[in-house]
Amino acid sequence: MNSSAPGRQLSSVERVALKRESRRNILLCTPAMIVLFFAASGPLLVMLVYSFLTPGDYGGVVYKLSSDGWFRVFFHQDIFDETVSVASAHLSIFWRSIKLSLLTTIAALILGFPTAYFIATRPVKSRNFWLFLVTIPFWTNLLIRTFAIMELIRNRGLVNNVLMKFGVIEQPIQMLYTDFAIMLGMTYVYLPLMILPLYASMEKLDFRLIEAGYDLYANRFRVLRKVIIPLVKPGIVAGSILVFIPSLGAFVTPRVLGGGKNMMLGNLIELQFGQGRNWPLGAALSISLLLIVMVAMLLYVKNMQKNKGEQN
Amino acid sequence: MGSTVATSVIDVSKTFGQDKDQVTALDRVSVDIRENEFFTLLGPSGCGKTTLLRLIAGFEHPSGGKILLHGEEISHLPPFKRPVNTVFQSYALFPHITVSENIGFGLSMQDKPANEIKETVAAMLKLVQMESLADRRTDQISGGQQQRVALARALAPHPKVLLLDEPLSALDYKLRKEMQIELKTLQHETGITFIFVTHDQEEALTMSDRVAVMNQGRILQVGTPKEIYDHPAERFVADFIGDTNFLAADLNQSDNGRMMVTLPGGRTVETTQSDFPGAGKVNITIRPEQASLINGPSAADLSGTINNVVYSGNDTHVHVMLESDEPFVVRVQNRGAQSAQWESGQAVGIKLEPGSVQVLQD
Amino acid sequence: MLPKKRFSVRRLPGFAVIAIACFTLLYAPIMILVVYSFNAGSSIAVWEGFSWQWYSAAWDNEMVQSATFNSLVIAIQASLYATVLATMAALGTTRTKPYRGQTAIYTMINQPLMVPEIVTAVALLICFAVIKQLTDYQGLMYLVIAHTAFCIPFAYLPIRARLEGMDRALETAAADLYATPWRSFRQVTLPLMWPGILAGSMLAFVISLDDVVITEFVKSAGQDTLPTYMLGQLRRVITPEMHAISTVLLVVSVVIVSVIFILNRSKN
Repeated sequence: MNSSAPGRQLSSVERVALKRESRRNILLCTPAMIVLFFAASGPLLVMLVYSFLTPGDYGGVVYKLSSDGWFRVFFHQDIFDETVSVASAHLSIFWRSIKLSLLTTIAALILGFPTAYFIATRPVKSRNFWLFLVTIPFWTNLLIRTFAIMELIRNRGLVNNVLMKFGVIEQPIQMLYTDFAIMLGMTYVYLPLMILPLYASMEKLDFRLIEAGYDLYANRFRVLRKVIIPLVKPGIVAGSILVFIPSLGAFVTPRVLGGGKNMMLGNLIELQFGQGRNWPLGAALSISLLLIVMVAMLLYVKNMQKNKGEQN
Repeated sequence: MGSTVATSVIDVSKTFGQDKDQVTALDRVSVDIRENEFFTLLGPSGCGKTTLLRLIAGFEHPSGGKILLHGEEISHLPPFKRPVNTVFQSYALFPHITVSENIGFGLSMQDKPANEIKETVAAMLKLVQMESLADRRTDQISGGQQQRVALARALAPHPKVLLLDEPLSALDYKLRKEMQIELKTLQHETGITFIFVTHDQEEALTMSDRVAVMNQGRILQVGTPKEIYDHPAERFVADFIGDTNFLAADLNQSDNGRMMVTLPGGRTVETTQSDFPGAGKVNITIRPEQASLINGPSAADLSGTINNVVYSGNDTHVHVMLESDEPFVVRVQNRGAQSAQWESGQAVGIKLEPGSVQVLQD
Repeated sequence: MLPKKRFSVRRLPGFAVIAIACFTLLYAPIMILVVYSFNAGSSIAVWEGFSWQWYSAAWDNEMVQSATFNSLVIAIQASLYATVLATMAALGTTRTKPYRGQTAIYTMINQPLMVPEIVTAVALLICFAVIKQLTDYQGLMYLVIAHTAFCIPFAYLPIRARLEGMDRALETAAADLYATPWRSFRQVTLPLMWPGILAGSMLAFVISLDDVVITEFVKSAGQDTLPTYMLGQLRRVITPEMHAISTVLLVVSVVIVSVIFILNRSKN
């Protein structure tokens, strides 16, 4: 072979064709890149800068470098005696966000796993219909779905009314504006994100393996535990991360269902740009949230790559 | 046959990928394809035949060398400026327009007047007997019909050269046989040069004026089907086209200047070939149907023992183990009781037809 | 006596029950919301008969009118721009040899899907605050640009899927039949990718119409869209007017998503 040397020379026609194609590709992508840079990536960089500036008195910033924003993420300085203590209010909100997101993920998994299995075992023709039923709520307004939950569980809502009518309870249970409400709402709105990837991996499930499991004396529970769950694990991981990430950054659901007190990270961030008037702190909190999400995202990508590797 | 050259491929190479992933699809290939001929590129998958076709069409760009069309270099022209059309393996019919719109596509892109397009499309529909389905969508017709539309579409602009990329491979056996004859007739009627790509040696032999056998990015031999079959130049060609036997032999020149081949076992036969790799140890090939079995070793060119008799309808394949420990297959026509007399374990002699010994280049 | 249910390899006990419960959970709250939007009384728990009154109340509410107008103006513009940009980007990223910068382009396009909306929202708030100060422009354009950006990935996905499913040989055939790149695009590529573009634009429209978080942070005073108007109202005493508005928005989403579903099915 004449061209075994690394980095072979392209012929002039090849070079022209390659250049034309890459120029075309770049030109086609440029307008979208400009808009995305201006209204998505660029602002994140600006925000990073803002997290190192000094807060202005009435919101906004003073253009002077300061580590105050980041400092306040973790520590609290008393206004009067200037003693420094751990910012327990912030940390408890971080903790609540993570805790509620994990609980939401688990609840969604408990509900989503059987549902995805149910869809995957339907006849091929009707599967698309069931999937469609899962997708519809996903594409409808998140605020409206949260609102629907709110109406159900409020003190004079349908659930309390029915329970009181049948004499199960005498006083309405306070469900709205609790952590339970937030968790219920997030499970409700993010459930499709659990079902869809779970279904994707269950659809590929080879039922001959399950037959083999039964053939080799496993009972139903053991087939589920030793055969099905290991086989669909990629779907479980994918679904869990897809539910966990938006839960962690949730803003609308905790605001509507949690009231003013039961804040999550999203609401804490909003507070800094509203009454809190500490933009650098808000920016630093946002970046912290982004970092946690990035780590989860990285796990997700790793999981995807591992599956691809196993399939090949 | 006119001997004007339609397409010249001169020293063309094509390499895909970079660095470690580099694959050489064509390695300095040269061939002249004459006007009005049915020329076939034959070879196993991955031999570079489709790449060569795509280079002529302009879908790929050569890494080296030149391609001429009627003496003019076209390597730098984009496909839409080359007077060459292709029948694709997948047909690539446009699913969003009708059969006649597909056939007229090339002409309308050339901005031909509407009435001319209409006339040509009508003529083409008639040519491929698709008049009744002119207004169908291309996904509503059968595979064989799609094949005809693809052919008509490529012929409509009356190209100088028509390229056909395994166009019959998706059809079932019977339809394929029919289309082979139709294609051949069509080529005669239109007088357009056809360059046909296939991996099916039988298809190549029945349809072509000339065949180029390719392997691993090189053209091994170019010739008429008969030349290729009777006088394969290399082991690969002999093996790829039809069944054959390979033997080791000695080649030397006799006193009167004739070339003599000494077979295993000592008998010598004359060869009328003119191109030789040089005297000494050579490989030879003998087609199974150009040998016959005889009783007793007296008049035999080769001798051995039958170790298997395989009946296959028309003929019987008798597997013989020669005394030199080389296998040899003889094809015996199943006429009367001729084949019945041979059975395993029997000692036999093999008689070769004159001119059946072919000395290989490698 | 009938024998016990025959053993099925596929069945796991209780799973079907949970699945049905799950579908009920998914739909019951929305259904109840829709039903009570037709309630004659103002109670949200007691049914007092059928009535259109809350729809007409919403229709006559000037705040709702202006929010609807804003929502439509933004969604129509943003989905249009996002679709054009996404179509171009899809053409520039599919069916080509991998090139340098392609991963970066994918990351950029998918960024709105990966970054929590609240983070993008406050980042935009910061940036636009600076620009508003510098230029003194307070119009809807900020919202249109922000919406365009996060609609791009939603428009991009179906268009790209459509392009990737398209037989490359069709464009090769067009070029072989004397079509210049532009004519090949107009006559072959564009008609074939049209269902994808349609699905992409509708998805972008739904996403823009439903957005709450980014709009809430970017909007200037008096620029409420329907969702941000609702978010504001949820803090006050809630009237069934909210149910009526919700129902209308739901119907719009469901209709559009159904059309996309049908479009995708006819492709196969």
